[in-house]
Amino acid sequence: MITLAHLLTLSSVLFALSVAGIFLNRKNLLLLLMCIELLLLAANFNFVAFSRYLGQLDGQIFVFFVLTVAAAESAIGLAILVVLFRERRSISVEELNQLKG
Amino acid sequence: MLPLILFYSFATILVLAGIAVIVSRNPVYAALSLVLCFVTSAAIWLLIEAEFLAIVLVLVYVGAVMVLFLFVVMMIDINLEELRAGFTRFAWLGWITAGAIVFEIAGVVLTKRLGIDVTRGAAPLPANYSNTQELGALLYSKYAYPFEIAAMVLLVAIVAAITLTLRHRPNLKVQNIGRQVAARASERVRLVKMDSEHRE
Repeated sequence: MITLAHLLTLSSVLFALSVAGIFLNRKNLLLLLMCIELLLLAANFNFVAFSRYLGQLDGQIFVFFVLTVAAAESAIGLAILVVLFRERRSISVEELNQLKG
Repeated sequence: MLPLILFYSFATILVLAGIAVIVSRNPVYAALSLVLCFVTSAAIWLLIEAEFLAIVLVLVYVGAVMVLFLFVVMMIDINLEELRAGFTRFAWLGWITAGAIVFEIAGVVLTKRLGIDVTRGAAPLPANYSNTQELGALLYSKYAYPFEIAAMVLLVAIVAAITLTLRHRPNLKVQNIGRQVAARASERVRLVKMDSEHRE
């Protein structure tokens, strides 16, 4: 039987992996966006697990909204990335220094 | 027993695909590994009987968001050497942070601070239970206003993404709808009085 502990362990491992990914790929904007998607997936795992094991559907509704916001975020993030690439011919985070005094 | 075997196999694939996302050299492989992550997560959500969200994850994430990612990866020409420079410089910090996060979450879960027994299984659902129907009933009654706000968020995202990437090239022959609609016959047709030609 799949218990709550199984799912919480899996989601914490996934969350930690994506945090490590943010450190590893700190220059590549595209992979940073992908790591954020993975981070949100790990958070959604907790919502679904607790919703199912506490017998309340509200957590799953919240996952629905998180998915909506994540889709919007990745669409705008990728649009910014495309604009950045058009301007600088690179997607390195280090190129984002236009506001530097 | 079978659900547990399935859970462990999917969880193994999920973690391996997650590692592949963060360490792969090529962004295309990273995006495809992320697709694998989402598909296996959907399978695990199916196992714990959250069917609607499992389908939504496959349809919305794999079907739309990841396709968008792949499009962008293939559209832009990335200089990988520049982005990979110093890849391992802060890797130790990343792994230490990851270990600390796992340790902290395990500390919360395993010391029974949650007030619930984490080692129990979920209560079985009745045979004619429909996850989608229940979610729909909740979404359109209790969460009607947040649902509308979610729709607005998506609309704003569409407008923002299109506005950001829209390119106004000079000398491009495009229709000016405003001028077309505002056109009057008096501006367009010029009647010229002239004598007919004489034959020589």
